[in-house]
Amino acid sequence: MDFNHTEERMILRDMLQRFMADHYNHEARRKLIASGEAYDKNLFYKLAELGILGAMFGEENNGFGGSGFDLMVVFEELGRAGVIEPILSSCVLAGGLLAELGNDIQKTIIDDVITGTSILAFAHGEPQSRYNLNHVVTTAETDEAEIIINGTKSNVINGKQANLLLVSARENSNEYDETGISVFIVPLDSKGITCIDHHNIDGTSGARIIFDNVRIEKVARLGKIGAAFPAIETANARAILAVSSEAIGAMEAAKTLTIEYLRERKQFGVPIGSFQALQHRMADVLIEIEQARSSVINLAGHLETKRDTRERYVSATKNLVGRVGQLVAEETIQMHGGIGMTDEYALSHFVRRLTMIDHLFGDVDYHLERFITLNVA
Amino acid sequence: MDLNYTDEQQDFRTEVRTFLNKSLPIHICEKVRLGKRLTKADSKQWNKILNDQGWLATNWPKKYGGTEWDAIQRQIFEEEACLAHAPRIVPFGLTMLAPVLFAFGNEAQKQRFLPRILNGEDWWCQGYSEPDAGSDLASIKTRAELDGDHYVVNGQKTWTTLGQHANWIFCLVRTNFDVKKQAGISFLLINMETPGVTVRPIHLIDGEAEVNEVFFENVRVPIENLVGEQDKGWTYAKYLLTHERTNIAGVGFSNAALATLKHVAASIMSGGKPLNQSPYFAARMAQVEIDLMAMRTTNLRVVSAAAKGQAPGAESSMLKIKGTLIRQELSSLLRRAIGPDAMPYLPNYLDSGDNADPLNFEYAPAASPNYFNMRKLSIFGGANEIQRNIISKTILKL
Repeated sequence: MDFNHTEERMILRDMLQRFMADHYNHEARRKLIASGEAYDKNLFYKLAELGILGAMFGEENNGFGGSGFDLMVVFEELGRAGVIEPILSSCVLAGGLLAELGNDIQKTIIDDVITGTSILAFAHGEPQSRYNLNHVVTTAETDEAEIIINGTKSNVINGKQANLLLVSARENSNEYDETGISVFIVPLDSKGITCIDHHNIDGTSGARIIFDNVRIEKVARLGKIGAAFPAIETANARAILAVSSEAIGAMEAAKTLTIEYLRERKQFGVPIGSFQALQHRMADVLIEIEQARSSVINLAGHLETKRDTRERYVSATKNLVGRVGQLVAEETIQMHGGIGMTDEYALSHFVRRLTMIDHLFGDVDYHLERFITLNVA
Repeated sequence: MDLNYTDEQQDFRTEVRTFLNKSLPIHICEKVRLGKRLTKADSKQWNKILNDQGWLATNWPKKYGGTEWDAIQRQIFEEEACLAHAPRIVPFGLTMLAPVLFAFGNEAQKQRFLPRILNGEDWWCQGYSEPDAGSDLASIKTRAELDGDHYVVNGQKTWTTLGQHANWIFCLVRTNFDVKKQAGISFLLINMETPGVTVRPIHLIDGEAEVNEVFFENVRVPIENLVGEQDKGWTYAKYLLTHERTNIAGVGFSNAALATLKHVAASIMSGGKPLNQSPYFAARMAQVEIDLMAMRTTNLRVVSAAAKGQAPGAESSMLKIKGTLIRQELSSLLRRAIGPDAMPYLPNYLDSGDNADPLNFEYAPAASPNYFNMRKLSIFGGANEIQRNIISKTILKL
């Protein structure tokens, strides 16, 4: 056993940490979001130049990473900085799905994803589906050489910022069946698409996308008819590792701010960190963050194992990270007092992201139930 | 022991319910039901309706236009108002300043200010906290120096809730620097239209700016605006804080929040069945409901033990802690229930009177902002840590 990252990954981590410290600051991020922008395009290209987008893909797809620990190292740093640029949506979710399902021609798109010139989004969740990956009612009907898509996708991460959508739709079987779901490449500007863009609470962006008789060619299908579900589950597992790692970064940032505050803030003539009531709570926060980190390491290390093993770790990690995320969010605000709730102060932004991560890809309860089901199976 | 309401109390409940059904404007009710943002005009309209009915000042003596209701009646009114989705009555003038004026104000101050609180001419806000005086409130630095028949005020207050709407602020100011910090504080009433007063909004985690910083630069305040005696303000401040805590359990709010949560959990589907049939979510809901059932009785035990018209003592700290934890948990569960749709931030929807949710479900847009907003409950009015100190010291004698 060895709990150290490889030298290459430590170099990647240090480089990204330095870059973010030099180029990303809370005030600029806050102003960007307030101005209505979804992300900083220049910064996104710089991250591409640094190879951060490429680190999300394996060598077989012209990337130079793509393993669980690559995702972990990168996303922890993105979380520590509070990055809102579309890396999760384009490189992990949709990019991962394309790498998994696409043929050689389709996979050439990945080259543009790695340079940041193409942005992908995965349009999968629907208004009724909540966290259930198999609950797809958007339809794809074959009409000679074309396929016609009808349905509504909701909370599509960076849907409006993408130029290409990967859209899941049902070609056969019933509402909750895992079989029958296919994924298609659909340009965002296709006729029949309505895209309603919105900011999320945490500064990221999402979209409601309505498909009204959108016609695409048959070659836009990724893989075989109705057989996309295992790849969707794999992409989702990678996304859960990414946001869980991001949560670790956000927790570390919140912890650091809170420790500084406990040392500096004086009330009753002494630093509030000298009160045992707060010391003990901060100690508990530290313990729980270490547990969350271990749980993320567990998942990163089992990302490439067989499905049943991997998915147990997926649900275990998302459940534990969700629980710890809420604890860290609520305790760090409480220990700050009013200042912790202000928009001007970075803590409230880490807290928003930590809280919203529980609403992505299944929350604490969803993954507890799923873990139990996987254990019984 | 008898847990039944008397016939009189039940009649009173019916009377309150009938009045609310008839008088609460639908546009205000809908905003409160969906957790949307109220305007100043909304609050003033509801205050006026209550005042016209004679029910605005539920804690005031009759001779000043109050209802003089007992603890049970006030509890019934609060429960019914919350269930009907009436707005919270802005407390600063009615339930915070007024008791101080009754107890320590002179006759001229009572005559001048109390009617204007009732008829809505004045909107009061609270000038207590400062950047370096939060939990340690007695260390305030805003100074008031006597110059002829005026005090000259310099300094800064913060976390001033709804100060953007207010035209008056009651302030704790330092009038003596040479004594123990509690002994040099005075209680001063300041007209916010006086030159030298500046209000700056503080944007919060929920996207709103309901609190403010208030700056005072050579603000001249007539000496007749001093409440009670100079340097005795700490006594009045503490008196006010105990009154602030009389309704601190927020049982009425929790009842309404639980009703909303149950409604949402019954209508949101997950994997083909309603969320309230998911054992994990149902258990969370049941747990907080069980706590709330006990809290209703704890609250009534404490408030009815206090003498009529008086505030409860250190026991109110217990109500504050448990009451805020329950309210926070309910807001957390509603956010959780909404699922992925709790992510979008839709400020235009939250501000508008139009209730058609642009994306999905009418309860969704306010769920996360409200969860974040509710974090304040365990921070303001004496943080829950301070309440625990009070319990340890006063009740446990540790």
